[in-house]
Amino acid sequence: MAGVQVANVSRSFGAHRALDNVSIDFADGGFYALLGPSGSGKTTLLRQIAGFDFPDTGRIAIGGESVERVPVEKRRIGMVFQNYALFPNMSVADNVAFGLSVRGEPKASIAAEVQRALDLVQLGKLGGRRPHQLSGGQRQRVALARAIVTKPRVLLLDEPLGALDKALRVDMQIELKRIQREIGITTIFVTHDQEEALTMSDRIGILRDGRLVQEGPPEEIYDRPQSEFAATFLGDANIFRGDATGNGIRLPDGTTIAAASGPSLAAGARASCAVRPERIQISTGAAKPDADNANTLKGQVSKRIFAGNNSTYFVDRDGQTLKVIVQNTGAERLAEGQPVVLSWSPDSTVLIAAG
Amino acid sequence: MATTRILEWLGRCYIVLLLGFLYLPIIIMALMSFNASPFYQLPLEWTTDWYASLWQNDQLIAATWNSIEIAVITTVIATVLGSAASLALYRCDFPGKKVLQALLFPPIAIPWLITGTAMLIFFFGIGIGRGLVAILLGHVALALPYVLVVVSARLQTFAPELEEAARSLGANQWQVTNRVTLPWIMPGVIAGGLFAFAVSFDQFVVSYFLSTPGQTTLPVEIYAAIRKGFTPEINAVSTIIIVVSMALMLLTARFFKFGGEK
Repeated sequence: MAGVQVANVSRSFGAHRALDNVSIDFADGGFYALLGPSGSGKTTLLRQIAGFDFPDTGRIAIGGESVERVPVEKRRIGMVFQNYALFPNMSVADNVAFGLSVRGEPKASIAAEVQRALDLVQLGKLGGRRPHQLSGGQRQRVALARAIVTKPRVLLLDEPLGALDKALRVDMQIELKRIQREIGITTIFVTHDQEEALTMSDRIGILRDGRLVQEGPPEEIYDRPQSEFAATFLGDANIFRGDATGNGIRLPDGTTIAAASGPSLAAGARASCAVRPERIQISTGAAKPDADNANTLKGQVSKRIFAGNNSTYFVDRDGQTLKVIVQNTGAERLAEGQPVVLSWSPDSTVLIAAG
Repeated sequence: MATTRILEWLGRCYIVLLLGFLYLPIIIMALMSFNASPFYQLPLEWTTDWYASLWQNDQLIAATWNSIEIAVITTVIATVLGSAASLALYRCDFPGKKVLQALLFPPIAIPWLITGTAMLIFFFGIGIGRGLVAILLGHVALALPYVLVVVSARLQTFAPELEEAARSLGANQWQVTNRVTLPWIMPGVIAGGLFAFAVSFDQFVVSYFLSTPGQTTLPVEIYAAIRKGFTPEINAVSTIIIVVSMALMLLTARFFKFGGEK
């Protein structure tokens, strides 16, 4: 087991800069998600760590050992591919045994280790099957068993749950997390699914256009995004744009919004504020908002989407549509077209420098 | 209901006609190889004399062995070279690859008469001349594009992640090819080999240009024999060849489900 250090890695394909000076430290035993839209460079970064491709500049180390020019077969990594990439001409057991067998390990010990790996992914009885006889979820488990049976230093997963349906996905998320904890392997996980990144990982790195936008624990990125992109890509956010005032921003119409966290910006600089939809209180104006909700705006409900445990209100205000999520507490629901007052606390507001 | 029955009936007729078109001449030839009359007189009088006299025809037997030998060696060389070339074209990017790829296929469309003439001139120019070696070289050149086409087509269905997965598990290039890629393309390799064998064994035009009277192949020998005067021995040798090659084809089709297996 080992940590992975990526330092100042850049990689271009022709004129396209797929990775632009990316540095991340993946601590030993952690579960990391690399999150980003397609084309953000997350898969390119994973392939650099795996060794399928080498960086133009920069350094990659696994367990302190520089590997940026070591080919994949010598890196001792385990990888799970998006479409599983199981060998169709081999049985499940032979698939799992492949990595041990190319290393020339004795047959008897291979059989025992394969069985242990299959038991770990709860497929102990299916060793004799062919990949095409398995369901998607089972193939996923075989791919995982095959990747970990060689005791790799780091486990790399390229959108491993992308091909599964929703219910199976949730099962596999829990399962993957359990197995990762059980063997304590450093795991780097590429996904474009923000929910998956939030629920599974210890830390998230958000990539955009080949650059690392923000990196940290899920709670930190969610609560204190450092860019509009991070705020809107990881979860939903209402973004207000205006000029910095010292403790918030002033909107073009003169309304001020106070923010408790964020960088200190020179007054008058272009800046934004981000507020999560579930932090905003919505009322008809008759009721008084909570005392510490210093930020208030007036608007009009343009649409309500009822989703059972909560409702999402779209509120029009000065040409902008704001999103508010209200838990279903049995309180009176607001009608479309109704004038409302929105209020929220500066503690729920993050100041963001204009990017 | 009635229309479907008529359509079904028409379909059956079509199949019967098609098979008749393909096999009737062959069946008649096979029957005549057992007919005592050398002038195809009916009714058929059963005899195996032609097979017996075939056994005495040293020239025909020598040519048959030449043909088999050349076809087998051609198959081995063309299949190995062609499969290796397909793999290289699939995996590697190098300058001029597109041009090379484009140049590999037109030989299939060039008339054999022209290829044969060109080879004859070329082999004389470089001092190989005519004979079995020249025939072998010519056949390999003719068969290579067929192997390439068939194996490349099979490789198009190969998922490149499989090679990546094998490498990530620590397999070197040799192990990747041997244990992952080759098993996948094997039906294509076998089919390519069969094509190579057929191209060589059937080859008349190029062999005719490159053979000398003592060193010749079966099709050329048969042609020479017909010009001297047709004997039912030719029917006999043809029947043997047809039975053997059909058996070979059926066996391969049985053991390697072409394209059927996923």
